[in-house]
Amino acid sequence: MMNIEISNLYFSYPAGVQALRGISLTIDSGEQVAIVGQNGAGKTTLVKHLNGLLQPTSGCVRIGEWDTQAQSVAKLARRVGYVFQNPDEQLFSKNVGTEVAFGPKNLGYTGGQVQALVKDALGLTELSHKTETNPYDLSPTWRKMVALASVIAMDTDVVIFDEPTTGQDAANIARIANVIKTLRERGKTVITITHDIDFCAENFERVITMSQGQVLLDGKANDVLGQAEILATTYVEPPQLTRLGKRLGFKETVRNEQEFLAVLKNTIATR
Amino acid sequence: MIMAIINLQNVTYKYPLTDSPALTNINLQVNEGEFVAVIGPNGAGKSTLCYAIAGFVPHFFKGELTGIVAVAGVESHQSSLHEWVLNVGLAFQNPFNQISGAKYTVFEEIAFGLENIGVPRDEMKSRVTDAMKLTSISDLADRSPYSLSGGQQQRVALTSILVMQPKVLVLDEPTSQMDPIGTREVFGVIRKLSEKGMTVVMVEHKVEWIANFADRVLALHEGKILLAGKPGDVLTSHLLTDKGFGISRYTSVARKAKEMGLWKKDGLPVTLDEAVEGFSQGRENLAPTQK
Repeated sequence: MMNIEISNLYFSYPAGVQALRGISLTIDSGEQVAIVGQNGAGKTTLVKHLNGLLQPTSGCVRIGEWDTQAQSVAKLARRVGYVFQNPDEQLFSKNVGTEVAFGPKNLGYTGGQVQALVKDALGLTELSHKTETNPYDLSPTWRKMVALASVIAMDTDVVIFDEPTTGQDAANIARIANVIKTLRERGKTVITITHDIDFCAENFERVITMSQGQVLLDGKANDVLGQAEILATTYVEPPQLTRLGKRLGFKETVRNEQEFLAVLKNTIATR
Repeated sequence: MIMAIINLQNVTYKYPLTDSPALTNINLQVNEGEFVAVIGPNGAGKSTLCYAIAGFVPHFFKGELTGIVAVAGVESHQSSLHEWVLNVGLAFQNPFNQISGAKYTVFEEIAFGLENIGVPRDEMKSRVTDAMKLTSISDLADRSPYSLSGGQQQRVALTSILVMQPKVLVLDEPTSQMDPIGTREVFGVIRKLSEKGMTVVMVEHKVEWIANFADRVLALHEGKILLAGKPGDVLTSHLLTDKGFGISRYTSVARKAKEMGLWKKDGLPVTLDEAVEGFSQGRENLAPTQK
């Protein structure tokens, strides 16, 4: 099992800013986790420890049996894929097909395997018809989908998305939700940083909230997202439908349309 | 009669080397002090519309513009970009593209525009200090613009426009990288400026905020105006869902509830308050509580 084990992790940037202050977390293989919290809470700093881009100042991060401090970034890339917040930081090839093939090629897959992985990733991100296009001829929103595809094609057990929905329209957000759902069905671990709390509520079962380099809340989505006062301390508001349910006096915390409508129906029926 | 400070008449625009226009036959009059929100799917022409009002189209991007773009009575083809920017300030969608790269600190970055138009040193300092206070970034004054998070960079980009005190403020998704409370603060600042008489045109995906702040909503689709009107009317239109626009969760859940016979009102809600009011109407066991 490829569990992620973070124990007592501290990290300070060279300039002295202490970005992480004692994080301990276990993420089981195949879990879908959202990380939320205010700008500067340490979310990106935390996930950069999972693929070795950053190394702990103290404490320890394990991916399966691997201690990240004992592995190269290149080796960790076999287990942990990371989609950057800004796609322009990771795209460099002359066309979409080559871009997406780059990762699996580097991991040593054979020509046939690379082809199959690329085909699958492009299909999943609805880019199959754009193989020959230069990524920089696409709109920023579609470049983000290319970035997603290039990481999915590496077929890692853990996939990290950093703010996948920023600047995306409704159709692309639905596409990204579908990618996450497919990865869940394939048994992948998905960790997503997001400010889009409604997206978080609709697509993740476990939510971690961070504040000032520490974990503030960690648990089932409904338990975490209902705690308006604590969330406010890290600049997060509960999802729209959670707030609506609260205002209507629902006893249960609801976080999506299905839950909201079910409770609404019951409340009216029990009258 | 109130004068339209922004006046677009039959505007059609094509970027260089492209076959189809990014904007087609746009007619838009915005009155002084009005707050107009622009929504639309990716590729609808929202940013291009911002560029047209801000004079970047066609002055900077070249390409083919037909029709009339006028701000404060001056038509863009009769003006140069450096005259135009005195009236119109544009905050880009991606703050990375806006930061000058010529300055070491946030304070100097925000002063950059004022330096270029020759504002005296003392006035420049006090205007920069005031603008930074307004957007709550005084504590970033000595940081490098490149050491900031996306949300902080967006505030710097916005501040560097506000400091120029333009008549018209054009904002292209100004809060896309901010946390929810940061978003609320920035919207608060923009509303304050709008109430003081600044004209605001803002591209935004966050529909609930638009409903609370904007006087008018413009829905763009494939370079054309699909709908325009009051937020409550435009944002609950069926057309939006059909054409791939994002809508408020309140609107969407009330539409489903209506199909189930659980929403009694004619109109659909866009904001939390409207949803609370509609769902609790005539139902004593759904006791609306205050926030």
